[in-house]
Amino acid sequence: MIEAGWPTAALCAALVFAPLMTGLVLYLAPRPGLLEKVPVGLAAILLAGVVLLSGEYLDSGPVFLAMGGHPGPLGIELQLDALALAMLWLVAAVALAVTVYTAAALPARDGAAGTGFRLLWMPLWSALNALFLAADLFNLYVLLELVSLTAISLVTLHGGSRAIGAASRYFLFALGGSTFYLLGVAVLYADTGLLTLRLLQASPSGSPAVPLALGCMTLGVAMKAALFPVHGWLPHAHARAPSAASAVLSGLVVTGGAYLIIRLWLGPFQALAGGPAAQVMGAAGAAGMVYGSLQALRQSRLKKLIAYSTVAQLGYLLLALPLASALALQGATLHAVSHGLAKAAFFLAAGNLIRLSGNDRLETLGNGDRRLAGPLAVMAVAGASLAGLPPTGGFMAKWQLASAALASGQWWWAAAVVGGGLLAAAYVARVLQYGLMAPRENGHRQHDGGALPRAMSWPPLALALAAAALGLAALALAPWLPGAVPAGSGE
Amino acid sequence: MNAYAAMPLWILLTSLLASVVIFALGEARRRARITVNLTAASGKLVLVAVMLFGVGEGHDFGFRAGLAPGLELALHADALTMLLMTLSAVLWLLTTVYAIGYLEDSPHRCRFFGFFSLCVAATSGASAAANLFTFLVFFELLTVSTWPLVVHRGTPEVMAAGRKYLVYLLTGGALLLAGTIGVHAIAGPGDFVPGGYLSGDEAPRAVLVALFLLMFLGIGVKTAMFPLHAWLPAAMVAPAPVSALLHAVAVVKVGAFGIARLVYDVFGFELTARLHMHHVVAGVAAFTILYGSARALTADHLKQRLAWSTVSQVSYIALGIGIGGIPATVGGLVHLVHQGLMKITLFFCAGNLSETHGIHRVSEMDGAGRTMPWTMAAFTTAAFGLIGVPPLAGFVTKWYLGLGGVAGGHHWVVGVLVASTLLNAAYFLPILRRAWFAAPPSDRAAQAEAAPALLVPALLTAALSLGAGFLAGMPYSPLQWVLFITERFYG
Repeated sequence: MIEAGWPTAALCAALVFAPLMTGLVLYLAPRPGLLEKVPVGLAAILLAGVVLLSGEYLDSGPVFLAMGGHPGPLGIELQLDALALAMLWLVAAVALAVTVYTAAALPARDGAAGTGFRLLWMPLWSALNALFLAADLFNLYVLLELVSLTAISLVTLHGGSRAIGAASRYFLFALGGSTFYLLGVAVLYADTGLLTLRLLQASPSGSPAVPLALGCMTLGVAMKAALFPVHGWLPHAHARAPSAASAVLSGLVVTGGAYLIIRLWLGPFQALAGGPAAQVMGAAGAAGMVYGSLQALRQSRLKKLIAYSTVAQLGYLLLALPLASALALQGATLHAVSHGLAKAAFFLAAGNLIRLSGNDRLETLGNGDRRLAGPLAVMAVAGASLAGLPPTGGFMAKWQLASAALASGQWWWAAAVVGGGLLAAAYVARVLQYGLMAPRENGHRQHDGGALPRAMSWPPLALALAAAALGLAALALAPWLPGAVPAGSGE
Repeated sequence: MNAYAAMPLWILLTSLLASVVIFALGEARRRARITVNLTAASGKLVLVAVMLFGVGEGHDFGFRAGLAPGLELALHADALTMLLMTLSAVLWLLTTVYAIGYLEDSPHRCRFFGFFSLCVAATSGASAAANLFTFLVFFELLTVSTWPLVVHRGTPEVMAAGRKYLVYLLTGGALLLAGTIGVHAIAGPGDFVPGGYLSGDEAPRAVLVALFLLMFLGIGVKTAMFPLHAWLPAAMVAPAPVSALLHAVAVVKVGAFGIARLVYDVFGFELTARLHMHHVVAGVAAFTILYGSARALTADHLKQRLAWSTVSQVSYIALGIGIGGIPATVGGLVHLVHQGLMKITLFFCAGNLSETHGIHRVSEMDGAGRTMPWTMAAFTTAAFGLIGVPPLAGFVTKWYLGLGGVAGGHHWVVGVLVASTLLNAAYFLPILRRAWFAAPPSDRAAQAEAAPALLVPALLTAALSLGAGFLAGMPYSPLQWVLFITERFYG
């Protein structure tokens, strides 16, 4: 891995600091006009920034940046590899959609929720970009904390005791997660004296403390990422948050945790991937796929159903650990991106449903209201990707994961991938069938939410189409997909 | 790549674009929707006619687009493609006319015709697929695009039948997906090749057998083969034009077509026979033929009786494929067209009876021939055809199948054919006796034919089915075309 040139360094710095700084300025000058328009402009600029960064990456390959000219182990480093770049793309795309959406859905004039969302979302946005670029275990800890604290606050935006309850639960899990993660980092540091990922990778240690440290860190991150079986907070928190916040939480925040697990297991701790511990992680992933899907099939509220779907879909990412190949990593990357896009689309569409009908009960979808056709179409397209129907992005991810499983002789993971897709199809179909039902005679009173503003109907559709189109673009994107196991991310 | 050679793509896009445009037009613009529908259907028919002639002249057609390394969306047009594609293009036009008449003034026509076009696009795509992956894409698209059509009425019973439909067909899709991934894992990507692209040396015999069975079961769900048939009689809740399409061209035919591809172009008949899988195909098909016919005897609901008849009749195709050898293959493949023409006629007529006089059950059909002479004439023609009265289309099928059975030393085939013919007569003749010879109930209007938009398509398909039998010796008749295909397989 080489050191980055100045354009890459400048772009990375912008991605990390621009949202935070803009958020500070908006905090000091909270004018509704500025609060609504500035984030949209920034999101467009940062999306362009990621495009430029991808161009740079094509020439340079994986790079690290020594901030202020001080390289590790003492200085703070950032690193950019294919996996990180894919995540930055995901953040940029979801950020643009969500900021445009909130301009109409949560107007800044609406007081606490409108202002609060922006002031929390801007630092969260920075923290996510930084999390994907961070290159040492302690900075990762700091960023995980920043992500958790802003994310927890987003859950409380609409107030009410239930939202506070859900947020408290989230907070307890996050706190426990931080403790375990930090414990793991401390054990590792005591043993090796290193925190920088690429240096850890370069000098693997055979000490028995290493598996212990990895176990602690994995458990900690899993609690924050709501990986089965430590997922208990997610369904409540993601269902209670405002829909735009749910989109960010389900599409980006938990993906960040799962990303970190993949980064660690397939990076500095590769030696353990492919072993029995990795099989256990894979089994937890598969169990999460089954459990989350079955729970999703039992919900009567749309947002709860989508939240359980997140628990299920995160399970796929863990399958990359026992497979531990370049193909599996590609599949996991594609899955993280396509799921993030599709899930954000799903939640924004749910927000539209609530706006139009006043609630998110599944039966409401069957009240014969024509205006619901738009959100339903979004859910159909995003759902096709979640269920892995060809040729969507979700399909391509599952294809690669299943192919990697067969290539390594572990056919049972291929069966899990195919079966998980079937379960996802079941809960997506369950949502859509309400939309196809004939309205009941004595049915629901139509709630008059007026027509949907255009800024609320296009972002979810664009995200859903992007998730679906990802499958058609896998070949074109090949230069940017992880071709080799990232080595923390060395050679 | 020149525009002429990419003809399969244009044909696919014709229906795909029609679908998108119809969705975009919305519910209210009835005239524009009818125009788009009829223009697309006739335009497609012209393109298919051009391509049919081109294939007859030996021109090459093809279009390929890489989606991911090793995954190509590949379309082509060989003689087998044209068999299904021509059938679907002709019947799409007629069914569109019928559906416009049938759904006059009912709600959700935008949704109906949008998915209707999507379903036809999926059928064209599946028939033009040049590799397993492409076939899978359209196989799944067909499932999801027909579901909203099946549950169009949206009542609770209909939704329950729709769930059954989805569970069966999506599970079939998952099995096919698993098999496809498996084939890619052992043999890499490859196009359909006459004689099969697997040589049999890629993997141990047990693996090949497992892959064959996975894909055969997956595709077999769509052909409604015993014991995977329960969705088809349940799907009779669909509106008549949908049943007509489902039973004649779309779902079950893509299944039968897929079995032909699987046996001839993936494994090759020789390898299939070496694995003894042809016995499985022929055995299951023979049993399904008798079982479906027997169940049809006791079904009082007209559409349900027709559905059981489809279960039985579609298995003639698989029977011919399983027996192997030129005459049996001819008999099987030609039934793809023959059964389509006859069965669509029967469903059109069933729709006319229920639309015009509210007749849904066989027991209500007394005197239907006097009230609706034209409709019942078409019905009678098709029923005699399916029974196999010489020289109608069904007779041609049975003749070649029997010939093939005897030639291959499978004398039991003749027994199956005779038994099936007797059963066919036993469930069709009572209908005809009631319709023509029993007195109509006194409360029914003396003579009232169905509306022209409903009657003309039925008469045309009945005439086509007569032609397929009487004019079997003419060039471009289904029989001659199938002889042309079979030459390719058995060179």
